Amino acid sequence: MRLEPIANPTLPRRTLPPALALIATFAVAALLVMIAGGNPADVFGLIFKGAFGSKFALLETLNRATPLIFTGLAIAVAFRAKLWNIGAEAQLYAGAVVTVVLGTGALPLPAPILLPLIAVAAMAAGALVLFIPALMKTRFGVDEVVTTLLFNFIFLLFVSYLLEGPLKDPMGMGWPKSARLVPEARLPRIIEGLRLHWGFGLALISAAVIWVIDAKTTLGFEMRAVGQNAEAARFAGIPVTKVILKTAVLSGGLAALAGFSEVAGLKGSLTLDLSPGYGYTGIVVAMLALLHPAGVVVAALFVAAIFVGADSMSRAAGVPSYIADIMLATALLLMVLAILLTKFRVRRD
Amino acid sequence: MDLFDILISASFWAAAIRIASPLIFATMGELVCERAGVLNLGIEGIMVAGAFAGWIAVWAGLPLWGGVAVAFAVGMALGGVHGILSVPFGLSQHVVGIGMTLLATSLTFYTYRVVLPEVSSPPKIEAFQAFEIPFLSKIPVLGPALFAQTPLTYAAFVLVIVTSLVLYRTPLGLAVRAAGENPSAVAAQGLSVTAIRIGAVMVGSGFMAVGGAFLTMSAFDSFFFDMVNGRGWICIALVVFGAWKPGKALLGAILFAAFDAFQIRLQQTPIGAVVPYQVFLMMPYLLSILALVVMSRRAEVPAALMVPFNKGER
Repeated sequence: MRLEPIANPTLPRRTLPPALALIATFAVAALLVMIAGGNPADVFGLIFKGAFGSKFALLETLNRATPLIFTGLAIAVAFRAKLWNIGAEAQLYAGAVVTVVLGTGALPLPAPILLPLIAVAAMAAGALVLFIPALMKTRFGVDEVVTTLLFNFIFLLFVSYLLEGPLKDPMGMGWPKSARLVPEARLPRIIEGLRLHWGFGLALISAAVIWVIDAKTTLGFEMRAVGQNAEAARFAGIPVTKVILKTAVLSGGLAALAGFSEVAGLKGSLTLDLSPGYGYTGIVVAMLALLHPAGVVVAALFVAAIFVGADSMSRAAGVPSYIADIMLATALLLMVLAILLTKFRVRRD
Repeated sequence: MDLFDILISASFWAAAIRIASPLIFATMGELVCERAGVLNLGIEGIMVAGAFAGWIAVWAGLPLWGGVAVAFAVGMALGGVHGILSVPFGLSQHVVGIGMTLLATSLTFYTYRVVLPEVSSPPKIEAFQAFEIPFLSKIPVLGPALFAQTPLTYAAFVLVIVTSLVLYRTPLGLAVRAAGENPSAVAAQGLSVTAIRIGAVMVGSGFMAVGGAFLTMSAFDSFFFDMVNGRGWICIALVVFGAWKPGKALLGAILFAAFDAFQIRLQQTPIGAVVPYQVFLMMPYLLSILALVVMSRRAEVPAALMVPFNKGER
């Protein structure tokens, strides 16, 4: 077989493959649910109800989407420039560690000064964690996929050391857990009485900022140019190495905000299970969003809904909640294929 | 125990070879994929799936080698999906690989929960036992290290020899290497680059899965969720370290495993009492990164690695 570019894709050509990919994802999930002895219609109904069925469920979905917007943006920014950042998990924890170090009483400042300060410091830490692999890529040509992946393991061990050593809560009854943040370092709730914190607001603002950077600034243009063809970009006089390093700083910083928001907004302290893989799920979010910042918000809400819904479905229907992870991985693979098929025609030789 | 005593003890080298075995399988698998031009980042998930598949097959009543065959088949099937998406469709090998790892891992965990609901600890199987080769296993240090291992470890070494022979001494190996170096030339010979690459990814993925199965069927006798724990990513570093050559990659895997065995023993010494244990656990990952940095300049990367081949394009 052979792929042939389509000059002017028709409307069905542009919309049908992604729609089919989504339907196929649900078909695969339905099959697996039946294998597990469940009724697909009931299970999907329970997932939907678990994600949107009540005020509590809806707020839970928004809360779960918050870190995914940050990591999704981090991945989207990096992948646009073909910087394969698979290390958002480590960058997230870097942000969380800084939040705990600065937010547990080290700085006696009022909230309006303390919170932005912590956020910026957290971003700097996340940026640094990605800067190292990016530098290894530009300096030595080391593939950043492997280094960022390995950094995830290294950094999680580092956090484990911190939580059993210097950052361990003396009042924590021996659990590897940090002290709680002071009230000034906590992100307030958006509406009093509703369990939704300003991390969600910050996530939406971040998406808007990235959109502006993408569409209106030289950096946005340069990042895209490097991603499309680094050689051509270099030929056109774009400082490719600098752009890759800038991308790394931006991407790492965004992922770190996920850690900041989870600790300062939701949890109030740091444990080793702060993130159930938000850094990896961010990849799915970014790909489903076609690497577009507005799409990231929508995709994060979709992914969060499936996770939250599957958790509550699993308790009610007895089908393992890993069905959510399977659906997302399937959606990711089928969606990249579908996007290809919107632009190319498959021809037999 | 003195540090030097550790290095000359037979049990240390026996442990090193044992730790190296799953890495050897998976590294050979990745090497075959990459020599044909496909980076297989599904390796981590394929190892998880292989570890589970082999173990559950034996638990269900198959003989041990039957379990190995099941793991291999599961690896090939997952490799087939990876191959179809990344070769004829030419999708980003990074994205497909990460997607395959997520898919294989979550499918494995889902199946585990469906097959074994409500178990607090996974059941154990009768795993491969050490088989002492007569006479050879009596050689001091070397004997217990190399010739008193489980059959699956011997299979790992045989696999390196076979991979090397096939890659360098057969027309099939030539075709695989050419697909990774100069696919147009392969196509000009009337061979299908697509078929060669998909085949290589399937067979390589099968090896990865057997590497995972080593963990549940030879190193341990049960399946745990986090048991592969980044070994797949380390194998990708080992392929680079080995400059895409089976012999060198084998050496890298053994060196790496020796270091791993050494750090485990170091934790029992006075040094281990001072240094936090997390530092020791970081060592394998740090070492992999170091290996990548040192070797990347010299490495002879297959020229067409990660380059999709679309006939008629050039």
